[in-house]
Amino acid sequence: MIDPTAAARRPPLFALEGLEVSFPGRPVVRGLDLSVAEGETVALVGESGCGKSTTALAAMRLLPRSGRIDAGRIAFEGRDLAVLSPAELRDLRGRRLAMIFQEPMTSLNPVLTIGRQIAEVLIRHEHLSRRAARARAIELLDLVRIAEPHRRIDDHPHRLSGGMRQRVMIAIAVACRPKLLFADEPTTALDVTIQAQVLDLLDRLRRDLGMALVLITHDLGVVAQYADRVVVMYAGHKVEEATTAELFARPLHPYTRGLLAAAPRLDTGLHHSEGRLAEIPGAPDGGVDHPGCAFAPRCPEVRADCRVTPPRPLAIGDRLVACPPAVASAPRANAMRGAHDAVG
Amino acid sequence: MLSVEGLEVRYAHRDGALRAVDGVDLTVGRGETVGLVGESGCGKSTLGKAILRLVEPIGGRVAIDGVDVAGLKGDRLLAFRRRVQFVFQDPYASLNPRRTIGEILDGALAVHRLGDRPTRRHRVREILDRVGLPADAVDRLPHEFSGGQRQRIGIARALVLSPDLIVLDEPVSALDVSIQAQILNLLVDLKREFGLAYLFVSHDLSVVRYIADRVLVMYLGRIVECADHHVLFGEPRHPYTRALVDAVPLPDPRRPRAAIVAGDIPSAARPPSGCRFHPRCPLAIGRCADEVPSMREIAPGHAVACHLA
Repeated sequence: MIDPTAAARRPPLFALEGLEVSFPGRPVVRGLDLSVAEGETVALVGESGCGKSTTALAAMRLLPRSGRIDAGRIAFEGRDLAVLSPAELRDLRGRRLAMIFQEPMTSLNPVLTIGRQIAEVLIRHEHLSRRAARARAIELLDLVRIAEPHRRIDDHPHRLSGGMRQRVMIAIAVACRPKLLFADEPTTALDVTIQAQVLDLLDRLRRDLGMALVLITHDLGVVAQYADRVVVMYAGHKVEEATTAELFARPLHPYTRGLLAAAPRLDTGLHHSEGRLAEIPGAPDGGVDHPGCAFAPRCPEVRADCRVTPPRPLAIGDRLVACPPAVASAPRANAMRGAHDAVG
Repeated sequence: MLSVEGLEVRYAHRDGALRAVDGVDLTVGRGETVGLVGESGCGKSTLGKAILRLVEPIGGRVAIDGVDVAGLKGDRLLAFRRRVQFVFQDPYASLNPRRTIGEILDGALAVHRLGDRPTRRHRVREILDRVGLPADAVDRLPHEFSGGQRQRIGIARALVLSPDLIVLDEPVSALDVSIQAQILNLLVDLKREFGLAYLFVSHDLSVVRYIADRVLVMYLGRIVECADHHVLFGEPRHPYTRALVDAVPLPDPRRPRAAIVAGDIPSAARPPSGCRFHPRCPLAIGRCADEVPSMREIAPGHAVACHLA
């Protein structure tokens, strides 16, 4: 992790401004702002359908055919990715920007050896010869801690365990030392002992390669241990953003508080004989549009106004909370500043 | 109530027989929740299924109230199947997509010849209400429900038969955190209300820590540790249990990061000799590679299969 306040002062490496994405008849991301500083890890958290994966796919311009970017800028290294041509995007992806997914088997080509798949990226972007690319692929397998890389390089993906496949995906993603890596639930399909290995690897590569990481996850433990900053999403909106330390010490948005309270915990956790888990009533209904706050139908602290007026994200110090009542009753409400120039 | 001794299940595999469950003993008492944890390929799901003979064990004994299940036929087999129910991770895959929820639950009652039509209809409505489904669910099809509601349907189908024991296979693993809490609370309420026992199979240690009274840890087909919930999570003695507990990232940034256990999980088709965890174990000594450690009680109710425990 890096010093989060220093990260906030640096100009962002990557920024989404007012991103709106929809699938036919269904808005999925609704006016999202997000910035990522060089070398930092930002976690995007939320439950299924909140738009966190769609945000990453849109940012990479990898949306499926039916998805559309309706509005917003995707600023990266002085360019707006939202308006780049397919050829320009192909040049950037894999070289400056990369992405890994939950299920590596669906992204790996089953009929090609893993060596070929790593080498391909190097040949395309770095114009290496086949021989040089193969040598570099072996180094990359070693970098992602695959034992006996000389032997493994000629294996097909099905010969590898789930954890090893994810390491291969990571090797492909970092082959050209990208500045930014989107990792969409990279360890969700893996066993817990393997998850720890892969998260540790990602964090080490981030540090060693000076790469920023956008970690998309539903796992609050992963967020707490690996992210510098957290963006909590609900129904396509950013509901809260804070440094990891602040978010866990003092979650403000009722949804963030609900999520933290609902998850059973291994450390300070409750046993069923001692009490019930805190529930968030109802279920997310990402598709339905409410005039007011999207979380209002499930919010235990809902007020009449919440159902009518969309909540403006308000700044408290360097955090943002899209819930005016929560901000007003925050313990450090007197320290609130910049509410007037908050991002609208 | 349920006792399992020396249970063995094998699957055919290209490298020979895969010992998915390799000599497992366990008991579940009346009203007790036993958690069964482990990583993929450890055989925990197969074990759950073998108890109900959804997969056929090749060895060992499963008994309910002292009666061996293997010998049961006809009505007595049917009675066993009513008493011990199963809930799947993905209830949708186990629900007939063309039958309404009412028909599915009524069908379960009819197979077991429980009540006439009006009694069954009343019972179905009562159970749907109890698991928190709307009354109009009886006339709706499975695809009309969300993931959390489908799991309520899966629970209702098990519950409608008034079982004594429900084997739950990863019942909340596919659900979002907020929905997961609702289902776990429901399971706890139902257990109290109906005196149910659960065998709760899961890879998620945090969930098991909440729900289980007693916990079994499985690795490559064998139980490696078994203890009361607070002992197992508070003072785990098997190095694998410790590795599992330490690998879970805690939702508290002030806590140190997870300790990392090296190595991949070996294939269950070619398990390591001796203690199956020895190639990954930080404490392994020569003996661990040669000699299979047996389960040894180190304190009342706390058993560990480790030469060094």
